[in-house]
Amino acid sequence: MKPEDFDYIAKTLKDKSGLVLTKDKSYLLESRLMPLARKRGFKGLDDLIAQLRRRDLALEKEITEAMTTNESFFFRDSKPFDQFRQVVLPNLLRTRASRRSFRIWCAAASSGQEPYSLGMILKEEAARLAGWRFEIVGTDLSSDILRKARTGLYSQFEVQRGMPMQLLVKYFKKKDDMWEIDQGVRSLVQYKEWNLLDDLRPLGQFDVVYCRNVLIYFDQPTKAQVLEAIAKQMTDDGVLYLGGAETVLGVTNAFKPIPGQRGVYAVARGTDVKSLGEET
Amino acid sequence: MKSCLIVDDSKVIRMVAKKILQELHFETQEAEDGKVALDLCRRQLPTAVLLDWNMPVMNGMEFMREMRALPGGKNVIVVFCTTENDISHIQEAMEAGADEYIMKPFDSEILQAKFQQVGLLED
Repeated sequence: MKPEDFDYIAKTLKDKSGLVLTKDKSYLLESRLMPLARKRGFKGLDDLIAQLRRRDLALEKEITEAMTTNESFFFRDSKPFDQFRQVVLPNLLRTRASRRSFRIWCAAASSGQEPYSLGMILKEEAARLAGWRFEIVGTDLSSDILRKARTGLYSQFEVQRGMPMQLLVKYFKKKDDMWEIDQGVRSLVQYKEWNLLDDLRPLGQFDVVYCRNVLIYFDQPTKAQVLEAIAKQMTDDGVLYLGGAETVLGVTNAFKPIPGQRGVYAVARGTDVKSLGEET
Repeated sequence: MKSCLIVDDSKVIRMVAKKILQELHFETQEAEDGKVALDLCRRQLPTAVLLDWNMPVMNGMEFMREMRALPGGKNVIVVFCTTENDISHIQEAMEAGADEYIMKPFDSEILQAKFQQVGLLED
């Protein structure tokens, strides 16, 4: 690929999604864009890029989606889910007792494993949540991946990564070669196609945000921009979960770490993080 | 060092599982059926058992019941690993005392994830 073509695609990706494509990842272009080129009836990447240069907006979107990493699995890394169930949820039940409602946002919902993992946790806590209204919003840049999330269908490989067998038995049923998640869990999650670089205000306010393994693909200014926009969509005592390799430190002051809880952050304008930290 | 007893009548499965588990720093032992596995457990209980369901001589379910009855047998982590992949089989294994369940075919990622889930490996 010609260097100017690489630069053109890299700029398109950065502008459209914040995704930073460094030269060492140029091999990804071929493996991910060739299927798209074939689907579009082009002979190769050169024709695809020529069409992109004609400001084909639909193609820009398809390329952005093709270059997005959609790896996800149920209860990924387990701790962010254990911590939610053991610390954050009881805290929400206490602090929201008068309004009896809360909202959770999975900002990179991908194929749905993260929002459905949270949905299963909430189902497991049904007795404590009787009379409560809660909502899980799953957003992603890719309409294709959200289509998969909405079907709630997963391969045998996907349901085995991270899913305890008790939950598999309780919330899934076999449908031919696939596993289908229970309608009750599916109905808790609302999916919306959303770009984190766009205006987030229409999404409303959230008490808990999962934005895991997204920031790693952004450069520092984009990380700061996205984190600051997310902070504005959170309640003052809201809780943010980032991926294991991500941090707010050195990026923005909009969040502060919760002591003893790796990857968990409180909105900085709020005050009390002690109740969410480890007891000392 | 943690140990895992691989119980499967397929030599190929035992070889694949052994390779993966050794990469995860497990000491491994192999048995081709439940009876051989039980004899090994009577001598020394492993930390975990990766257990097939359908095997000649003594199947996985019978082995698990007998092994659980041994002194200390309740502490062994049992992960079923089988081609029986419908809900009723998973439920049956769970009720009989299995700690986790892997549906074949499996790969190192799944095995590692399941072993993490049951606390045999760090996240």
